[in-house]
Amino acid sequence: MKFTLSWLKEHLDTEAPINEISEKLTAIGLEVEEITNPADDLAPFVIAEVLEAGPHPDADKLQVLKVNTGTEVIQVVCGAPNARAGLKGAFAPSGATIPTNGMKLRPTKIRGVESNGMMCSERELGLGDDHDGIIDLPADAPVGVKFADYKDMDDPVIEIAITPNHQDALGIYGIARDLAAAGLGTLKQRDMSPVKGTFENPQKVVLANPEACPVFAGRYIRGIKNGPSPEWLQKKLRALGMKPISALVDITNYLTYDMARPLHVFDADKLQGDIVVRLSKTGESLTALDDQDYSLEDGVCVITDDSGVIGLGGVMGGASTGCQPGTVNVFLEAAWFDPITIAMAGRKLGIDSDARYRFERGVDPDTMMPGIEYATQLILDMCGGEASDVTVSGTAPVISKTVPLRPGRVGHLGGVEVAESDIIGILSRLGFQVAKSGNKLDVVTPSWRCDIDGEADLVEEVLRIYGYDQIRSEPLPASSREINTGLNAMQRRVRTAKRTAAGRGLREAVTWSFLPSAQAALFADLKPELVLSNPISSDLDAMRPNLLPNLITAAGRNMDRGFRNIALFECGNQFASDTPEGQSLVLAGIRRGQTGAKHWAKGPQDVDAYTAKADAEAILSAIGAKIDNAQVVAEAPDWYHPGRSGVIRLGPKNILAWFGEIHPAIGKALDVKGPLVGFEILLENIPFSKSGKGNSRGPLRTSDFQAVERDFAFVVDRNLAAAELIKAVRTTDKKLISEVTLFDVYVGPGIGENQKSLALNVKLQPTDKTLTEEEIEQFSSKVITNVEKRCGGVLR
Amino acid sequence: MEDLQRLETEIISAIVACDDLGGLEELRVAEVGKKGRVSLLMRKLGKMSPDEKKEFGPKLNGLKNRIIDGITAQKTNLEQQELNRRLLSEKIDITLPTPPENMGSIHPITQVMDEVAEIFTEIGFSIAEGPEIEEDFYNFTALNIPAEHPARQMHDTFYFPEDAEGNRKLLRTHTSPVQIRTMMSGPPPYRIIAPGRTYRCDSDATHTPMFHQVEALVIDKDIHMGHLKWCIEEFCRKFFELDDVKIRFRPSYFPFTEPSAEVDIGCAFKDGEILIGEGDDWLEIMGCGMVNPRVLENVNLDPDEYQGFAFGMGLDRIAMLKWGIPDLRDFFAADLRWLKHYGFAALDIPSLSTQGGGNELRERGGSSSPKGDRPPMNKKGNK
Repeated sequence: MKFTLSWLKEHLDTEAPINEISEKLTAIGLEVEEITNPADDLAPFVIAEVLEAGPHPDADKLQVLKVNTGTEVIQVVCGAPNARAGLKGAFAPSGATIPTNGMKLRPTKIRGVESNGMMCSERELGLGDDHDGIIDLPADAPVGVKFADYKDMDDPVIEIAITPNHQDALGIYGIARDLAAAGLGTLKQRDMSPVKGTFENPQKVVLANPEACPVFAGRYIRGIKNGPSPEWLQKKLRALGMKPISALVDITNYLTYDMARPLHVFDADKLQGDIVVRLSKTGESLTALDDQDYSLEDGVCVITDDSGVIGLGGVMGGASTGCQPGTVNVFLEAAWFDPITIAMAGRKLGIDSDARYRFERGVDPDTMMPGIEYATQLILDMCGGEASDVTVSGTAPVISKTVPLRPGRVGHLGGVEVAESDIIGILSRLGFQVAKSGNKLDVVTPSWRCDIDGEADLVEEVLRIYGYDQIRSEPLPASSREINTGLNAMQRRVRTAKRTAAGRGLREAVTWSFLPSAQAALFADLKPELVLSNPISSDLDAMRPNLLPNLITAAGRNMDRGFRNIALFECGNQFASDTPEGQSLVLAGIRRGQTGAKHWAKGPQDVDAYTAKADAEAILSAIGAKIDNAQVVAEAPDWYHPGRSGVIRLGPKNILAWFGEIHPAIGKALDVKGPLVGFEILLENIPFSKSGKGNSRGPLRTSDFQAVERDFAFVVDRNLAAAELIKAVRTTDKKLISEVTLFDVYVGPGIGENQKSLALNVKLQPTDKTLTEEEIEQFSSKVITNVEKRCGGVLR
Repeated sequence: MEDLQRLETEIISAIVACDDLGGLEELRVAEVGKKGRVSLLMRKLGKMSPDEKKEFGPKLNGLKNRIIDGITAQKTNLEQQELNRRLLSEKIDITLPTPPENMGSIHPITQVMDEVAEIFTEIGFSIAEGPEIEEDFYNFTALNIPAEHPARQMHDTFYFPEDAEGNRKLLRTHTSPVQIRTMMSGPPPYRIIAPGRTYRCDSDATHTPMFHQVEALVIDKDIHMGHLKWCIEEFCRKFFELDDVKIRFRPSYFPFTEPSAEVDIGCAFKDGEILIGEGDDWLEIMGCGMVNPRVLENVNLDPDEYQGFAFGMGLDRIAMLKWGIPDLRDFFAADLRWLKHYGFAALDIPSLSTQGGGNELRERGGSSSPKGDRPPMNKKGNK
């Protein structure tokens, strides 16, 4: 919402300077977004007189002017056809910036002739569209005086942000009322007394859907002449960035901004029969005043006559009955439309008009009569003519209601004690009627505040005028009952998991929660309930069923930038359904290339499924998963390489993580060159340690007897899972064996074609006595027998 | 006797002259070994008279000890010389680069969430979370945003298709539904923050379809706007690491709070950068207010018994402000160059036990300005 300081002062008697007004506006909830002053832009521009105008020696269309700027006479080369000796206009000296195009003037030569500064057109100064010639001022214009002063342009334009509850501040009068309530001046009253009608209103209005349009005031005015509006009005509108059109249109725009009262003027001679205000039916259409055609569905509040729809009530008038320069007889409308009906219609039709903006927030129904009377007065003043009676169809809705206020609530909610007399004073100045009723106040809301709902709203009204800066900050009191504080176990787990991943060289990314449905379909059957109806683009239309695809495409983008080694992870939700249970928290990572850069001492390694496995295992142990109890099985989902991937699970069902090489087909579908490896940790599946166990880790038990290590190499079938061999060794004597480490895998000459050799180091830790050589030998043969029996392995 | 004196002089000279450990050992065997010269002299003691024994015994013993001491000292000396020679030959080029550490990093969003969590848990809050795919009731209706209220248009909502009953789920437009779910899950009091992903159907230079918010909710018997103000001041002071922070509360409107306010923080706009804690300009950083009695009624709380406040802010936005990150869209691009420049070390876990609240403070040598530690990254470089 924009307004000028001078316009505000038509309603507010104040001596306050602009910065004080600005601070107060913001302090009472009418946030000032910008203040501009056209005079600032035009400060260097002065009125100058052309003393001589002669031809340019080298250009037919240019003239060489001698210009008196009031301080000096200088030479200006000018292309305007109307430049002539004796003309007075707006002169921009060298150094000035033309406000409309940002051009900074410098002394120059035009076709060899020196030129200093410029005589300006209206368009160059942002005063109008005229660019056919330079500004031609009356002969009595004072040379040397600032152009902005001469034109009386020193008038700041204030733009404020309007919150949806402040329908009253969509008119400058309402803004003045708020400022007056806040002590910044006195509200002035304008004469809006009725204009007596001289004949009976001939235009009949029928309200067929009173729920959408409950009241409609109309008046016929005949014999008018719709010329341009007077300069004072044009100037007002231009200052707010509006284009003056004609007296009738300008008057309606004036009242819209002045008192938040939209009106409409029909060309009465174009109306056919009675006006019927009703809800539209599908198939109806209208060419509106913006020259756009609108096809209507059911439920839009429309103004109709015998010809069909002639206006969108409260949104925009129709072209067929619009006023033209030749319009003689008019029908003036001031009505009230249901905010929700207007909001829905405006949104459906995509029309943002000043009328819609106000009606959907709630126009004060009590401005209907003053509005139509004041508009009539202005029309008669500017266009002449003769006004009929006013006919009011229907009944205005009652906005005012009584809301009780316990004065103590201001302090109890607001934290600042405001005296009851101040509360009553503030509310009264805002237009509320306050009556004491026992120990509470009965507050009647004004017709322009349909947003006031209850006591808390009244507390806000008092506080915003009293001043939010009066609220003293106060430390939070102790909770009235003991409550949980801090991170819960899952939140701590997430924190640890992320930081462990980062500690392993993975960089955390945050990618969209959505992705193209074709990509989603690579990881899960596409569920219609997880595809957005209104995605921002078709590339972001499906909720991610998995974290990997976005990481894989991110890897691809980084490869395009020249990165060969990529290590990314993300922790976030993935979606299996649209219910809260379908959302699950996962940490996934992706790697490509090598584990590091080339180095003179230690060559980097290619990342492979084992790198991903190591990532998964490290993060799982960091977050307390009992990884020693988990199984690693070569069963991973379809998006992994079937031979190079696995699952880490507890028992047959509880999956903690997947890892492995990404299936080449996935890489191909996502257009990312592999091989890529990845892992997914299903953070919610890891059991928490049982509560009640406390944090005790139990005593450390060490043995005083010497540990013994023995190495074994077994030749086994090529397909035997190493885990089976380790298990066979370990179970030989669970008590005695403290560690089994697999340290070599060999395939090649010396062993069978379908065989491999696995070498293990076994550490024995006795707890009651030192082992004898004989006992160690016995243990070794037991290991060999066990491996032979359980894995078919033979000592190499 | 003179013989012994001469012998000693001879042996000691030989020891001192010896310049290798092997030679020294040979000398030891030849003089004090089992059949060494000195040992043989000592054997003769057995055949001497008691008087002679008394005279020669101590002399011979003294001689033997001095020789052994001499050999030991020379051995140490020679060993030291040999070690010095070896060390000199073992020189490496210490300017050769070390093997690269594969540095990972934490995204600024995680870092800012952890910082915010640290600040609020310290003053007694817990952290609440909820679904990102929400129902209309939790995201709008319960928050006093009826279907056709203009306020609903402020939220450009992503919707899912209608189900058989005509209901459509949506992506939460704010984390406020978590407040509703919290209040419906058990009795007051509540003291929570709700951080998380939020979504709006909006995309331009300063908006992304996904972003992050954190909201706070405090409901108890006598909570008022003064407490709200304190909480926000505490937060700003700790988060922006400023002893004195200028905060302005401005009346505003949100359907779910009444009275409502927007919070501006004092700043300066200099050369396209925002400097928090300096200058006379204001920057809006969050919305807040006392929870609207309608919202309390919607979750079956009695507004005459319970009241409290809520506030919410953009996590991405405060991260941008704190660390001088210019473009929101880059947060979600997973560009390794950006992640490296703006990311945090794995162990850089925010902690309030450091003075001023953050690690950057120490790195900057105690400057109280939160700016300048992460200049905008230069995208030209590739790796």
